[in-house]
Amino acid sequence: MKKVSNWVWACAALVYAFLYLPLIIVVLFSFNDSNLNAEWVGFTFKWYEMLLQDEVMIEAAMHTLIIGFITCIVATVLGTLAGFAMYKWRLRLLPALVLTPIAIPEILMGVALLIFFVMLNMTLGLVSITLSHIAFCIGFVAIVVRSRLQGMDESLVEAARDLGASPITAFRAITLPLIMPGIIAGALMAFTLSIDDFVISFFTAGVGSNTLPLEIYSRVKVPMKLNPEVNAVSTLLMLLTLSLILVVSKVAPSALRAGD
Amino acid sequence: MNNRLAKWLISGPPLLYLLLFFAIPSAIMAFAAFRFPGDYGGLLPLVEVNPETGAREVLINFGNYADFLTWENFQRFFEEPIYIELFLKSFWYAGITTGVCIVLAYPLAWLIARSSKKTRDLLVLMVILPFWSNFLIRVYAWMIILGPQSYFSQVLNRVLAVFGIEPVSLLFSQFAVIIGLVYVHLPFMVLPLYANLEKHDMALLDAAQDLGANAWQRFWKVTWPLSLPGVWAGTALVFIPALGMFAIPDLLGGTNSMMIGNLIKQQFLDSRDWPFGSVLSIMLTLSVLLMAAIAAWAGSRGKAKK
Repeated sequence: MKKVSNWVWACAALVYAFLYLPLIIVVLFSFNDSNLNAEWVGFTFKWYEMLLQDEVMIEAAMHTLIIGFITCIVATVLGTLAGFAMYKWRLRLLPALVLTPIAIPEILMGVALLIFFVMLNMTLGLVSITLSHIAFCIGFVAIVVRSRLQGMDESLVEAARDLGASPITAFRAITLPLIMPGIIAGALMAFTLSIDDFVISFFTAGVGSNTLPLEIYSRVKVPMKLNPEVNAVSTLLMLLTLSLILVVSKVAPSALRAGD
Repeated sequence: MNNRLAKWLISGPPLLYLLLFFAIPSAIMAFAAFRFPGDYGGLLPLVEVNPETGAREVLINFGNYADFLTWENFQRFFEEPIYIELFLKSFWYAGITTGVCIVLAYPLAWLIARSSKKTRDLLVLMVILPFWSNFLIRVYAWMIILGPQSYFSQVLNRVLAVFGIEPVSLLFSQFAVIIGLVYVHLPFMVLPLYANLEKHDMALLDAAQDLGANAWQRFWKVTWPLSLPGVWAGTALVFIPALGMFAIPDLLGGTNSMMIGNLIKQQFLDSRDWPFGSVLSIMLTLSVLLMAAIAAWAGSRGKAKK
């Protein structure tokens, strides 16, 4: 095999730096004793202390977690069903409905749901955000579960059936444990996508139902409201996602690679 | 067990959910593009609740469709050149973003594809990891870096001053928008490109070298044409979301770097002209379909050649 030239290494290293430097800067400035994210002044924890007192931010974080959990559960159930159905039968409508929300720009789904909820006279808030999040997360779960099923050895199920297991028993005893890493990966994806979502929440949230990304947006947008508290909350959010990925890689190591 | 029943029991719930919360809302939006805007924003109502009796009254005569359906919203889109220009500008931004992503992703994808199995997983994970952090945080990071008082801006402006060039403001510019778009979408180009490069037969490069091709020729005549399906897959994954982006131009761009997404957001939330907002959304959908078709066609052509 040919060795990769030093040039390629150097270029790739630069691109990795491009990927990581911005995030490192956000983390560093969360410990900086200055109102401005411009120059390093000194080390401090005060932005984290302020964050713990910041009721608006804490409420937004609670909303985000609640929406994330409900979305995760419902989307994982519906997405697993969809993934299984798409693997098992040749369907037309379901794959189209599952895959389109992933393929189109998020804003299109956001405005369509906005019109829909307003027409139904629904008050925009946590419920409308959750319903919307579930709708766009189903597809991601379905894809991961289906790809896991495609990698599964179908003869195991047939063997169980030959030995007298009913379809339901065979599913519970053979298929389900085998695709579990895929389901866990899908659930993790749904949770992360939900707590991360900005665009669809932006259109389906009403007054006074802020999620964390919406709150971050409103502070970043108005320089007067902006201080390194945003860096602190960003750092914590990154830690949360990172530890989630670590937990999953320990619990179900193959889950993280279910997509390939 | 009845197979048909099982099929409906399993595919039914997700199907119903997506019909209700995706297909029907989309259909309503498409219909809204032909409606008149309401007096106080939204749509002109078709049915009204009588405040005294509480009964629903149909306001319009359904037989006379011109009362509630119109082409006007579409005419407005095609008659006022600013809208077409905005679309072209968004295509331009998304195109530049895709181009820069290809240039940045190539060495990375090449390195990953040529690494040993163990390092490969780690290198792929390192590409995906920043993608798991919140989208807004990644945009915010660039607001810090490009801000007028940041180290980066200061150093750059000092260097420019040596050459006698006026200081530039990096944030709130088209440059900042492109950087943000590239940063957010780069992993979507690296992954399909890597998946493609990994499958290349290295013997082809050896053969080219034996026949006297230099490194540049080996790249242009062998690797690049073979990687086109991967490049097109990445193009679809980068171009399409970039085209509909509104948060990045909103946060990093100035007044002159608006994209389609910003206009759609404006129509729905600020000026509350839903019918025209729906027209813009339909036009965006058509643009996306066009782009997806081009990418699929070009990608499959590359495959057929192989």
